[in-house]
Amino acid sequence: MQLSRDELKRAYERMFLIRVFEERVEKEFSAGNIPGFTHVYLGQEACAVGVCFELTDEDYIGSTHRGHGHCIAKGVDVEGMMLEIMGKASGLCGGKGGSMHIADLKKGMLGANAIVGGSPPIAVGAALTQKLNKTGRVAVAFSGDGGANQGTVFEALNMAMVLHVPVIFVFENNEYGEFTTQSYACGGVHIADRVRGFGMPCEVVDGTDFFPVREAMQRALEHTRGDKGPYALEIQCKRFGGHYVGDPQVYRSEKELVEARAYDPIPRFRRAVSEAALLSEAEFNEIESAVQDRVDIAVQSALAALAPDPATDLTKHVYVKYA
Amino acid sequence: MSKKTYLQAINEALRQEMRRDSKVILIGEDLVGGHGATGEVGGAGGPFGQMRGLYKEFGADRMIDTPISESAIIGAAAGAALTGLRPVAELMFVDFVGVCFDQIFNQVAKFRYMFGGNARTPLVIRATIGAGKRAAAQHSQTLHPLFTMVPGLKVAMPSNPYDAKGLLIQAIRDDDPVIYLESKSLFGMECEVPDEPYRIPFGEANILREGKDLTIVALGAMVPRAERAAAELAKDGISVEVLDPRTTSPLDEESILESVKKTGRLVVVDESPPRCSLAADIAGMVADKGFKFLKAPIKQVTCPHTPVPFAPILEDAYLPSPTQIEMAARSILD
Repeated sequence: MQLSRDELKRAYERMFLIRVFEERVEKEFSAGNIPGFTHVYLGQEACAVGVCFELTDEDYIGSTHRGHGHCIAKGVDVEGMMLEIMGKASGLCGGKGGSMHIADLKKGMLGANAIVGGSPPIAVGAALTQKLNKTGRVAVAFSGDGGANQGTVFEALNMAMVLHVPVIFVFENNEYGEFTTQSYACGGVHIADRVRGFGMPCEVVDGTDFFPVREAMQRALEHTRGDKGPYALEIQCKRFGGHYVGDPQVYRSEKELVEARAYDPIPRFRRAVSEAALLSEAEFNEIESAVQDRVDIAVQSALAALAPDPATDLTKHVYVKYA
Repeated sequence: MSKKTYLQAINEALRQEMRRDSKVILIGEDLVGGHGATGEVGGAGGPFGQMRGLYKEFGADRMIDTPISESAIIGAAAGAALTGLRPVAELMFVDFVGVCFDQIFNQVAKFRYMFGGNARTPLVIRATIGAGKRAAAQHSQTLHPLFTMVPGLKVAMPSNPYDAKGLLIQAIRDDDPVIYLESKSLFGMECEVPDEPYRIPFGEANILREGKDLTIVALGAMVPRAERAAAELAKDGISVEVLDPRTTSPLDEESILESVKKTGRLVVVDESPPRCSLAADIAGMVADKGFKFLKAPIKQVTCPHTPVPFAPILEDAYLPSPTQIEMAARSILD
């Protein structure tokens, strides 16, 4: 299906927003404004945006430790995110979660998850709710190639088939689980082959290009919404940076790092759309400038915001009600 | 009101709550049993029979049999709870928490806090606990201390059929994740249980026997043993108060302290190895907050620091006996 000009603008805006947001996260981290550990999504923008493009706020996603891109692609507010990442009281999670635990249930975002392989079982449960309530909505379970080696993920794949729930497993194969390559850590080499072993259809998709990701996701949605059971995508992409912000990446050669940048999904999108004369340079520039402004505002707001108050916030929200 | 067993009380609570609220679903291994086999589907009603008859009434949509995949069971129940259902998940034996602890303590327990109060996870995890069934080291543990120390979880340990029903109904209606631990050795125990649904609030201890000389705090299957010890001591004119906290999280500290204030002596009985047990926890709490009430040292009666053994003679020696409880009490009486 051909995308409208508005849809193309939205796709570019989301991808560019992830890019600018994450580059700013790196900068603010280096400046000492972001505590703890953070993992950025640079290079994988087409995956999140392609996967989430057709999802509504009533569809759910479960994310990973590298979750900022998933949040933004799902429509989570970037100012609330930046506030949270800086640990501020007005952040999306009141400063209690941080980068690795951003959640926004109103947007169908069930949380970044700092346990590799933690989300897929939860996404199966969210899909079970959709099945029993007959909502026609789906749940998407994001994992990386690292997560693809977790037992929880195998359990979730099998259970999804047995319970026949509308869940889509998305494996973002960025070639690295932490500091170790997918080719080293994945017995049998291909994630998709494993998934197919559970009887689940699994497509292998080029995640450095928005269009095939979105098209594969359309097939996945047609399948799951059509009550045909779970579906999976192995999306192959490049992680531009390290495992975490500040990772010196001694395990990757200079050559490899440079080559990864050749697969940048953002100029690739812009080039393809420009060549087809669907959006003008002025339109792209306008989007980029608006995104820069949004991220600037988010950062300024987050830097100025108040931290949580230990006297009132430390012990709040452990339970709905405790004795 | 009629006499019901602990098992029947659990069954009745599940049935009544499923009738009351269509969002309540059960999920676990062999809750129904027999899917794809040649005999009767749903005949077993679970390995111990807690679900007997429920499949017939509620069907496969609400009685969800899963593969033997505990992480996926707890994770799916967690995801379903986050998105609007009220699942009751079952771990057949609490020992199996070893293969799904991440989903319980890193996911379920933490959603609300990590997400800044924006999540509710109304999930019950039922599991059977306890030694005495000759089931050996991997099917006999209690493990309530593991759950109790995790902020975000509530932990209920019914010690009789009345509490089994009232605590399970409260657990299902509770908006927080609850670990509900069923003592296997109490399944056949009988007492009067109201036919209508009722709730027992969490964090409210039950005083089973009033006394003035000494307090015995006991949990789960240790409660009837504490009562037997108290009856023995009564023969010598020793007046013992037996207190069952019923939930270990929240813990009714106030009632325990009140009782110790009255009696001045405390024995805590816990079916658990001694280190970091509820006995140690309660003894520590009383030493911290009620030291001035004490006329004698606090005594802890626990299992030894060993796995649960298989041989009947060893397993019997492993569990705190009424005699051990009685001896501990006598050792701190003048």
